[in-house]
Amino acid sequence: MTAPLLSVSHLSAVSSRDVEGAILRDVSLSVARGEVHGIVGESGAGKSTIVKAILGILPGGIRLTGGAIALEGRDLLALDPDGRRHVLGAEVALIPQDPLTALNPGRRIGAQLTDGMRLWRGLSGAAAEDRALALLHDVQMREPTRVMRAYPHELSGGMRQRVLIAAAFALDPKLVIADEPTTALDVTVQKQILRLIRSLQEQHGTGVIFVTHNLGVVAQICDRATLLYMGRVMEQEATATLLERPRHPYTRALIAACPRYDRPGQDLTPIPADVIAACRAEIASLDPAEASHG
Amino acid sequence: MADVLIDARGVVVAYAGQRTLSGRRLPPRPVLHGVDLTIGRGETIGIVGESGSGKTTLGRALIGLLRPADGSIRFDGNDIVGLAEMAMRPMRRRMQMIFQDPMSSLNPRRTIRSILSDPLLLHAIAADRASAERRVQAVMERVGLPLALLDRYPHELSGGQRQRVGIARAVVLRPDFVLADEIVSGLDVSTQAQVLKLLGELKRELHLAMAFISHDLSVVRAVCDRVYVLSAGRVVEQGRCEAVFKAPAHAYTRALIDAIPLPVVDAGWLTRQAAVSG
Repeated sequence: MTAPLLSVSHLSAVSSRDVEGAILRDVSLSVARGEVHGIVGESGAGKSTIVKAILGILPGGIRLTGGAIALEGRDLLALDPDGRRHVLGAEVALIPQDPLTALNPGRRIGAQLTDGMRLWRGLSGAAAEDRALALLHDVQMREPTRVMRAYPHELSGGMRQRVLIAAAFALDPKLVIADEPTTALDVTVQKQILRLIRSLQEQHGTGVIFVTHNLGVVAQICDRATLLYMGRVMEQEATATLLERPRHPYTRALIAACPRYDRPGQDLTPIPADVIAACRAEIASLDPAEASHG
Repeated sequence: MADVLIDARGVVVAYAGQRTLSGRRLPPRPVLHGVDLTIGRGETIGIVGESGSGKTTLGRALIGLLRPADGSIRFDGNDIVGLAEMAMRPMRRRMQMIFQDPMSSLNPRRTIRSILSDPLLLHAIAADRASAERRVQAVMERVGLPLALLDRYPHELSGGQRQRVGIARAVVLRPDFVLADEIVSGLDVSTQAQVLKLLGELKRELHLAMAFISHDLSVVRAVCDRVYVLSAGRVVEQGRCEAVFKAPAHAYTRALIDAIPLPVVDAGWLTRQAAVSG
């Protein structure tokens, strides 16, 4: 068996910031080539900490205490900053949550799209421009030539997100990390963006980590998913198994808390206090030091 | 409907045109093009549509926060369009609003106690601090917040707690009508379920009429009796939730419903095109 595209093993992290103590607890997950892997959980579950650890951009005050992250078998945590930058810059791309803050407001879209191609692929200005136009076409952007000359504020939220998807796939990366890319969008635009990410990912055989808090989005785009609570993996399964035959009480409670237009009679059920208490006890029992901490 | 609380007819709202660099004012930009809407006493209606459809503008017109260019809005029989501020003030207590982002709608420099008790004193509902305090404590208990939070400031609370304070502030005045504009969109599903459950209970206990603005149709289906679907400033469809969700008459409504991802694996969903998009 060849090494998976990305493997995160036994990753643990502690924070000395607002929430003190463990924020990742022995998290393992792997992403195969061509697979979309969902990282799911509510706020504070540790989703973005995992992403930041992979990208090497953990904020000050958050420290990894154990574990490994490997991209095609290369240990990312052992690389020096320069080596890591080379691996990540050329092989990993991020689709961020908020396209407006991710784009430089003072530069035209064309310039921002072509930067990476010139830097990492050594394309000439003209070749990079042609490639950028082709990419904007791939993300079904209307009037790509006009968009190339536009500034970010001239585009709608959905169009900006398309630009960032184009930028993410520009270098044909092996791994794309999509961090809540549709949270700020209307449902109709969200559906178009999900469809786009899935089709580009299938065309290129890209591995994708898809971070979301929305179980509906997980159901429609992810092949497998890891559900986190308080930095701990609660359940990790193929999407259909996770949603249709959840084993963990927390998974079942989270599914029951989702309002569904197709099940109007069903009362909204907040996650019961005893389920939360059981999860906390489970986590504490696995990590006695942490329990005595607080 | 026998007992109508709010009756809006032909509401037109236009925002003033922006000034260009040369100082010329662009023509007004119409946002609502003649909207009719009614809300019965104790009834909850949903207002849905995409960003820019005019949902928030319609909500603000309903509680007199902005003045329509045309049309009438009757609140308990009185037209509030064009009402002078002094005449409007006693109505304001009866129509309250819960905002999308409690962090920006709660005064960061006031304690939760002051946020909840000041309106009671301002509207002379409580005669003195002591009776205001009693009502504040009762409402805190009702929305499930510990009394210890009364001395805290908004930034010291979690998102879910802040939204409970927003709800408490709205209902402490015993209004007839509450406008809730995207109040759960920033919350986790588990917190969202708690807030919606609380809102449903309060609605029944206080016989509140509510307008619930949301882009999330699943949430609207869970809490509303009737729904208005807005597209580009017009109501394209309205009706009882069970009817609209079961058999949407307008293609735009159908597209909105089809775009909701359900937590059920559906291999064809992603590639299935909605019939037409509005």
